[in-house]
Amino acid sequence: MDYHSPASFAEASALAINATGITRFLAGGTDVLVQLRSELVTPDTLIDIKKINGVHDITRNSDGSWTLGVAATGAEMSDHPELGLDWPGVVEAMDLIGSTQVQGRATLTGNLCNGSPAADSVPAMVAAGVTVTITGPEGVRDMAVEDIPTGPGKTALAKGEVISAINIPARGENGGDAYLRFIPRTEMDIAVVGVGVNLRLDGDTITEARVSLGAVAPTVLLVDDAARAIIGTTLDDAALDALAAAASGACNPIDDKRGTIAFRTEVAGVLAKRTAKIAYARAKGEQA
Amino acid sequence: MALDDQKSIFTFVGTRPDRPDGLDKVTGRARFGADAHAPGMLHGAILRSPHAHARIVKIDASKAEALKDVKAVVTRADFAEVPFEPGLEGEFWNVLENVMAGEKTLYDGHAVAAVAATSALAARDALKLIEVEYEVLPHVTDVDKAMEADAPVIREGAADYSVPEGMHPNVVRYHESGHGDVEAGFAEADLVVEDSFVTEATHQGYIEPHACLGSLGTDGKGELWCTTQGHWIAQKTCAALLGIETSQLRVTASEIGGGFGGKTTVFIEPVALALSRKANRPVKLVMNRSEVFRATGPTSSASMDIKIGMKKDGTITAAEGTFRLQGGAFPGAPGDMTAMCAFAPYNLTNVRQVGYDVMANRPKQAAYRAPGAPMGAFAVESVLDELCNQLGLDPVDMRLKNAAAEGSKASYGPTYERIGLVETLEAAKAHPHYSAPLKPGQGRGISCGFWFNHGGETSVSLALSEDGSAQVMVGTPDIGGSRASMALMAAEILGIPYENIRVTIADTASLGYNDVSHGSRVTYASGLATIKAAKHAVEKLCERAAAKWGIPVDAVKWENGCAVPSGPNAGDFDPLPLADITADMGATGGPISGHFEATPEGAGVSFGTHIVDAEVDPETGKTSVTRYTVIQDAGKAIHPTYVEGQYQGGAAQGIGWALNEEYIYGEDGRLQNSIFLDYRIPVASDLPMIDTVIVEVPNPGHPFGVRGVGETGIVPPLAAIANAVSNAAGVRMRQLPMSPPRILAALKDK
Ligand SMILES: Cc1cc2nc3c(=O)[nH]c(=O)nc-3n(C[C@H](O)[C@H](O)[C@H](O)COP(=O)(O)OP(=O)(O)OC[C@H]3O[C@@H](n4cnc5c(N)ncnc54)[C@H](O)[C@@H]3O)c2cc1C
Repeated sequence: MDYHSPASFAEASALAINATGITRFLAGGTDVLVQLRSELVTPDTLIDIKKINGVHDITRNSDGSWTLGVAATGAEMSDHPELGLDWPGVVEAMDLIGSTQVQGRATLTGNLCNGSPAADSVPAMVAAGVTVTITGPEGVRDMAVEDIPTGPGKTALAKGEVISAINIPARGENGGDAYLRFIPRTEMDIAVVGVGVNLRLDGDTITEARVSLGAVAPTVLLVDDAARAIIGTTLDDAALDALAAAASGACNPIDDKRGTIAFRTEVAGVLAKRTAKIAYARAKGEQA
Repeated sequence: MALDDQKSIFTFVGTRPDRPDGLDKVTGRARFGADAHAPGMLHGAILRSPHAHARIVKIDASKAEALKDVKAVVTRADFAEVPFEPGLEGEFWNVLENVMAGEKTLYDGHAVAAVAATSALAARDALKLIEVEYEVLPHVTDVDKAMEADAPVIREGAADYSVPEGMHPNVVRYHESGHGDVEAGFAEADLVVEDSFVTEATHQGYIEPHACLGSLGTDGKGELWCTTQGHWIAQKTCAALLGIETSQLRVTASEIGGGFGGKTTVFIEPVALALSRKANRPVKLVMNRSEVFRATGPTSSASMDIKIGMKKDGTITAAEGTFRLQGGAFPGAPGDMTAMCAFAPYNLTNVRQVGYDVMANRPKQAAYRAPGAPMGAFAVESVLDELCNQLGLDPVDMRLKNAAAEGSKASYGPTYERIGLVETLEAAKAHPHYSAPLKPGQGRGISCGFWFNHGGETSVSLALSEDGSAQVMVGTPDIGGSRASMALMAAEILGIPYENIRVTIADTASLGYNDVSHGSRVTYASGLATIKAAKHAVEKLCERAAAKWGIPVDAVKWENGCAVPSGPNAGDFDPLPLADITADMGATGGPISGHFEATPEGAGVSFGTHIVDAEVDPETGKTSVTRYTVIQDAGKAIHPTYVEGQYQGGAAQGIGWALNEEYIYGEDGRLQNSIFLDYRIPVASDLPMIDTVIVEVPNPGHPFGVRGVGETGIVPPLAAIANAVSNAAGVRMRQLPMSPPRILAALKDK
């Protein structure tokens, strides 16, 4: 196994392009190293991107948008004094990952690129409209988070492509986001269903919304029907029921050791309602 | 032993000093199974079957053996025996078959070969080069299916005399007991409730995986370091499996990171020794978590039918239970224990219980605190709760009405001596928890539980030092704070401070035989032997004092750590402290020590009553346990903090078993969830503070009144939680674990 710690993303990309066999980028390593030790994936090449300048930075840009370095950890996100005020849903989703120890290493980038349909931060990022910047042999491009996962363990990144930044839009006025997951325990578990909701209000009425589901299909879903069910409403009971129905209707889950099809489908609707209520309250400036 | 012989006023017993092994454990200085190293040590790894049931056609290890780093490969041919040859039969043969497959692999994870190499990595890589040709056979993992006529036969001829004609060969033991006339009893009842219940297999979930370091020479002499609940049984079993003399193998027990019954047998130890003998170097073997789940000893799964008749006033008129337990591909599922414990808390006129021990393609079950009892209690106490609900009875009053007491004929045969069940129920009734109001969506559950407790073969020796301190050598690994309890009991007899006593878990070469730390026996049996050994030393101390004073030894008594003249000589001499006698013991007759060896028979049975509040989210089926109180009879709590720890641990493990823990097998017979991510033991935030009440009804069979407390605590939780959840959800939960998908489905079907 070869280990590299390039000084730039261009160098990281070049290393990846020339590598043979299995290549993994090493962000926090909380997926890569666990998979290595349990002999699930034994990479031939490890490219550590943590030594690149600025990868831990969390920056608010002049237009109010945010740029996060690819190695910014869950703990760094939670500790940031302002990020969580703008995007509580994204921060709480990341914060759900693992224990304090894992929080000290785990990243949004790793959570996204590991390609798990149950990844917690991904529905929150999709709902928030987050994009990633990708550096590759052909240069630099941006891509929406929802377009990155293509199936369990698979991403749209081509050989030699590495994510070089995470871009979170400006929060703007009267907006709120939230993420909830269902797990059988209270901590240290994997989502059986995850729901991210991000919305904006005009008065009491929802004018914009994005609803995203995790762990109910081969990839995280952006569910337009669910967003339409609440746009133009005040999130009254009828809207909540329509939201639940749309969320459940979008599910295409599997029966496995973690949950049945019927359970996941039902609970997706329940959680969609609960998440939307929190996002709505946050958009109104209420504590939730 | 009569009660009037029993001590009831104590100086040290009942206090709560820090445990002697505490500092080592919190600083990382304690040495556990994987912490041993030896010069020239090799690392072992085990190749395991991916099939639930398969014939081994051929094993070709030549490519692995050709590697420079590989020093030995062993298969079944490297062990002692031929099946059923004299000297290796019964349980030894079963254990051998389990630690290394013979003609067939019997479950997913069954060992088929092992490698010793110069590094752990090299050993694991070498495993990939061993080619095994399997002929896959049909398999069965479910207990009810394993009893059906067309079920694949796991092993012909495994059944014993107890099994009635016409049963499937997978049914290997049968138990039936009871008394009275159940049919007549049911006829007298105002209400009869009949129901069926299922529980899935669970694992003890000890944090420390199995680990050992074995060294065995071609001269048949060896040493073994391992994490175990009983190193003498490890010694005896390994010696038998390797065909060497028992005394030539010296076994040392490491500190142990949890066992709960799962470390009462061997899995990797004989393999490490076989590798060592072949490589002529010490070999270390450490399991990973997935191996622990796949190839050690989980509990049985169970399928049970219960029928209970009751009068309107709560009197039980008859009770009947059938308990089918699946214990893996070997005899041993505790169907008999389940049957015997299920109705044991109640004084019944008419009772009948039947237990089946059934084999299936799963790992060989092992004990897990009160093996077999929790499942039966779940089934029986659920039906009792249903009867209370339907008849409008208070669940504690109903249980008090039927509770067994001294003189009651137990459902499993004997007549009870002094027992403390009624006291635990009265304490439950008086506890503020029982009268606390419930919030909407919450339910309360009650359950009683019983365990036999055990004595077992025991040896203890005690030696005094010149400076007046004492060392106690016991042979029962400390799995629950027992060193503290032994030191307290020795202090009580010797009359010297707790801190001046060091308790050591002796290796097999340093002490006589000791049974395993199981059956809640350690504080009872090793404690009794410690008391006797200390008394033996006290006799000698009195002799030295008598000689010094020139008075008869029966005119000397031992009080507060001093020899004191008594009778006609009272007051003639100043009290002589222990340290003054030991200071010149070399000159007054030589070293002073005491010892005791016996198989004490008076382990008092123990009962508990649990109160649980649970809240169920009606939209997701998720349960939170909001309040929990354990009330249990300890006889006498030697170190109350560690007694409370046992109670809380039983409840915590019970919460896991009741709500989320389960072995999940796929259609292919492979275990689906062999990691802690998907085998869901509770995390700290899943548990409420678990309140405890120690009831003390002294056991007539122990000098201080001790009853074992390690196991009874896991008997009531499954039932108490199921009753709380059923009452909260308004629907009877008949299957464990009550995971959210199962609860949500039950709510939908309501
Ligand atoms: C105890 C424990 C608990 C956990 N709990 C949760 C949980 O609750 N929820 C959850 O969703 N996950 C959980 N995880 C999984 C894991 O922690 C998360 O997925 C985490 O976000 C991964 O981030 P990382 O930085 O450690 O990724 P790494 O392990 O470093 O990398 C993960 C993947 O991302 C790729 N990658 C990394 N950086 C880049 C890059 N710049 N460009 C392209 N690809 C890249 C790697 O090649 C690899 O395939 C848990 C893990 C552990 C060990």
